[in-house]
Amino acid sequence: MANAPGESAVLFDQPGPKSRRIIRIVNWSAAIVFAIALVLVLLRLYNPPDGENQLSWELWKPALDGEAWSDFYLPGLWMTLRATILAVIGSVVFGLAFGIGRLLPNVVIRSIAGVIVEFCRAVPVLMFMIFFWRFFAFLGVEGEAYWAVVVSLVLYNGSVVAELVRSGVGNLPNGQREASLALGLTHTQSLMEIEVPQAVFAMLPAAVTQLVVVLKDTALGSIIMYTDLLQESRRLGSMYFNILQTLAVAAVVYFVFCWLLSRLAEWLPKRMQQRTAAAVEHETVAPIAIMDPSNVNQIAVAREMKQRPYGGAPRRYHVHHRGSNASIREWRRTRYMQGYDETHPESQRDFQKEKEAWPFFKDNGKDKPRNGDSGSTHNQ
Amino acid sequence: MDGFVQLFSDYNIPAAFLVNIELTLWSALFSTVLGVILVMMRISPITSLHKVAGIYVEFFKNMPLTIIMVFMVLGAYAQLKLSFSDTFATNFFWLAVTGLSLYTAAFVCESLRSGINTVPLGQAEAARALGLNFWQAATQIILPQAVRGSVAPLGNTFIALLKNSTVAAAASVATETSSLMSEMIEYHADLIVPIFLIFAFGYVILIIPIGMLTTYLSNRLAVRR
Repeated sequence: MANAPGESAVLFDQPGPKSRRIIRIVNWSAAIVFAIALVLVLLRLYNPPDGENQLSWELWKPALDGEAWSDFYLPGLWMTLRATILAVIGSVVFGLAFGIGRLLPNVVIRSIAGVIVEFCRAVPVLMFMIFFWRFFAFLGVEGEAYWAVVVSLVLYNGSVVAELVRSGVGNLPNGQREASLALGLTHTQSLMEIEVPQAVFAMLPAAVTQLVVVLKDTALGSIIMYTDLLQESRRLGSMYFNILQTLAVAAVVYFVFCWLLSRLAEWLPKRMQQRTAAAVEHETVAPIAIMDPSNVNQIAVAREMKQRPYGGAPRRYHVHHRGSNASIREWRRTRYMQGYDETHPESQRDFQKEKEAWPFFKDNGKDKPRNGDSGSTHNQ
Repeated sequence: MDGFVQLFSDYNIPAAFLVNIELTLWSALFSTVLGVILVMMRISPITSLHKVAGIYVEFFKNMPLTIIMVFMVLGAYAQLKLSFSDTFATNFFWLAVTGLSLYTAAFVCESLRSGINTVPLGQAEAARALGLNFWQAATQIILPQAVRGSVAPLGNTFIALLKNSTVAAAASVATETSSLMSEMIEYHADLIVPIFLIFAFGYVILIIPIGMLTTYLSNRLAVRR
């Protein structure tokens, strides 16, 4: 809802007296419709067909009293948080290792890291959990459900963090890399000492949003009999036949924790922008998979158009490459696919000309003039 | 190797994937409809619609899908007696579709909204300066660009939906892939790694084309600004 004023500014004129009246009428009638819907839901809860009154205190009391909290919800919550915390630490380590691995100059390391990351992003977390649960049980690992939850979440969320690291590095202004190479650092040194530390600050808000995903996904553990908050609330509910009520309590607890994390993720970008030359990723894209493009580049370009920090002068860095497909090696090739760079209008690629210059498309016998070596790929 | 081949004749693995694909397609349909309604409510100047859509999105974004699925079966079906069919399998399938659709609609709404955010303010100002009224500006200038901008996040949402369809196991859909994998591992413990790889690569194969299509479409439809 933070963007609401901006959106209405895009879409609507300031309403006049007539439209204000219409808006008021529609507003109240919609509010009444929602109120009626709410009453209908409550009536259904109060008097379900051949069932008992779900609003009665007899059902809510065992779901809310001290014993329920001390014996079920709090131990369950502790199990959930324990798995979350370890999974978060693990995913950050995994993500940094593989994210940097995907950016290293060595082709072998780069491709192995790439294959592992893409595989882990494509396989559903529940599949990982079931597999590791059985696998650890065969190996005789103590607490196999716990480790299955942790390892699965590390693999999936770690690969998402790896992509965030990669896109964070891709979003840095190219001058950062050029400057460090000019100072005599090697590619790897520039990556490790200049680019990745800045990328980490740029990706932090998006990574905090990913924490919400980790916390939500621990609930999958209840399917493999991990005694987390959801599993405990189901157990309590089956004791007193008030599963609806216990699930509602568990849902509220999950919501509160996730909501707090989401607010933290919204607050962070303001703090982090001071520490990096890259654009901090405010927009967090939903869980992603193979070859995801993201529209953060377009959002960022749209935003840059109106924000001129130096009083009208266009910003002096390229808008090439944002999003998790960014790769610092290919910025020359991809930048024009990603958006028009208004600071370098002369370097816009002419795809039609390139197509003609490309040998496969050339007619036999005709000698068409070649436009350099495939456009502006190498002559910058 | 014999055991590996035997797996394919003993279990109908493609049928399990088909159940997941069906779950995905139905949920994609319903969540798109609901998501479009939500985003229209959310960008409207009418406060009550705006607030309700905001609460809906915030609620489902911060709620584990598993708890929604469990609620569909143990709460909505067992306690509130909401059911779609007398056949257990059909009933659970549609309960799972309902849960997935309600959950995914929030993310569809967010994807479409981020598409609207990509349209620069100047576009609306220019449209107004040309004398277009609200409806003309919305349908001819802003929404076409917004839809193009939301291709990529929508693709991501549907990829996530396909992966989330395995959570239907929590809603007692016993024929989908994660349940089948669990069952196969139980009876063929010695082949646990090959079984996992069959299903894992099944998903990789399903997801790569969607990802490539999304990348292609979002580059093809990108508005060059």
